[in-house]
Amino acid sequence: MKIAVCISHVPDTATRIKIGSDRKSIDPNGVTYILNPYDEFAIEEALKTKEKSGADTVVYAISVGGETNKETIRKALAMGVDEGVLLKDDQPRDSFGIARALSEEIKSLGCEIVFFGKQSVDFDNSITGQLTAELLNYNCIPVVVDLKLEGNKVIAEREIEGGREVVETEIPVVITAQKGLNEPRYASLKGIMAAKKKNIAEKPAVAYSALTETIDMSLPPSKQPGRILGTDSSAVPELVKLLREEAKVI
Amino acid sequence: MANKVLSVIEQREGIIKKISYEAVSVGVSLAKELNLEFEAVVIGSEIEGLSNLGNYGAAKITHLKNADLHNFSSSAYSELTSNYAKEVNASVIILGNTSFGNELTPRIAVKLNSACIVDCINLTVEGDEIIATRPVYAGKAYIKSKLHSDVKIYTIRPNVFKAEKVSDQSPEIKVEEISNPNLKTKVVAYKKSEGKLDVAEANIIVAGGRGMKGPEHFNLIESLAEVLGAAVGASRAVVDAGWRPHSEQVGQTGKTVSPSLYIACGISGAIQHLAGMSSSKYIVAINKDKDAPIFSIADYGIAGDVFEILPVLTEEIKKIKS
Repeated sequence: MKIAVCISHVPDTATRIKIGSDRKSIDPNGVTYILNPYDEFAIEEALKTKEKSGADTVVYAISVGGETNKETIRKALAMGVDEGVLLKDDQPRDSFGIARALSEEIKSLGCEIVFFGKQSVDFDNSITGQLTAELLNYNCIPVVVDLKLEGNKVIAEREIEGGREVVETEIPVVITAQKGLNEPRYASLKGIMAAKKKNIAEKPAVAYSALTETIDMSLPPSKQPGRILGTDSSAVPELVKLLREEAKVI
Repeated sequence: MANKVLSVIEQREGIIKKISYEAVSVGVSLAKELNLEFEAVVIGSEIEGLSNLGNYGAAKITHLKNADLHNFSSSAYSELTSNYAKEVNASVIILGNTSFGNELTPRIAVKLNSACIVDCINLTVEGDEIIATRPVYAGKAYIKSKLHSDVKIYTIRPNVFKAEKVSDQSPEIKVEEISNPNLKTKVVAYKKSEGKLDVAEANIIVAGGRGMKGPEHFNLIESLAEVLGAAVGASRAVVDAGWRPHSEQVGQTGKTVSPSLYIACGISGAIQHLAGMSSSKYIVAINKDKDAPIFSIADYGIAGDVFEILPVLTEEIKKIKS
């Protein structure tokens, strides 16, 4: 069996965002890039699936982007992924362009189970997994917190507002991982050493024409710091009064 | 000729979700500005209160009906929605940015060979183009963008656009019986969290952080939330420590929220947390450390002990509510 896990290379969540001079992207100076946090759950689930399914299963980590994405692919290899694939494009792509490239590669590799993180913490679209599934004509269950694979059958619990849905479908399937699905393993020293020797195949990402256009990127309007009303519960009546009469929210 | 704005109504267990009124209001006002017709579509079995959507300007609603569609099915719902959009020549489609909208939208976009912009907090018409504004990097930046596809699909962030009552009319509701929906992927059960309001849907959120000192003290947060009819939120630190479930986490690796009122208790305000809640309309911070970053974005703050302040605040609000 072949399993794909699609990963992205994103600014560390502690990053203070500065707008780039083109006003369409962030200023990358001084930004540390990391493996997208949700992708760790996707990688863990791919590895667990492989462990249950037998030795001939191969897990591929696929990423779309520039040369530096290799650092992130290397991290997945260190956790235990077998093969890395970089679909190279030095220009930023929207989710549709990324999904197009991923779906072509997944098709040619013949992966029938595909994992994603539920969203990349850069553009926060949370749609690339679903787009890829639709392009491949695969079934899809997003935002999964519990997963069971029984033969061809897939039973997953996904998080929704105010509860969980239990969803059933079949392989081939795209699963997007939510925090809580598992506890991602740390890369062992042995894993890190082994990752250095593993292969990262590099090929151009398929060409596509963007249907979305960024016009402008800006910082959110800054909020004026408000008033400190006091240092103990004697400030409570004033707070309640302000919430009722000034803010009118209670 | 593409000529319509279509809003997709979300129902769960036969009840129309609040976001649907917002999606109708947005659709109606875009249709007006673009000089297009408006209609709404809903998929499900028995659905209560569809005619209320008329008050928000939905004069025409189509209900695609089948008993097997009571539960959500991404395969059936995406197929039916995109087919319906084709049938009525929709050029603009509006959904809520909820679990429902987020799952369907990309699938509909591919089926219609078009594109989408999700989680919009503003949609304006300039000339004959729709310009969408949405937060990125969990709200640390905003982007304005537009679509070049024939059909343009947008999802709107809950609680941001106002659902406006504009009419007293009853809508024309057309029921279309659907045969053999594609149930390849379907919801077989729904496990509701007991009586809990979700942070993503709540109008008021009371959130606790490490300053609560332990899971056993979250009853203070829960009591305040209860008197306010609010949802309980949590910082990443307390979720990672196992004090609270991940579904309550607000911030960059949790939920990004925009309630009317956000009360942060014992939360210092890490950049990832601030990103996830700074677009709340009003922010109250209660924290011992007067230099905590949370005070830099709070409208009102009390720089004191949460354990002393919270019970008094809960009592005070109880008084005005009774």
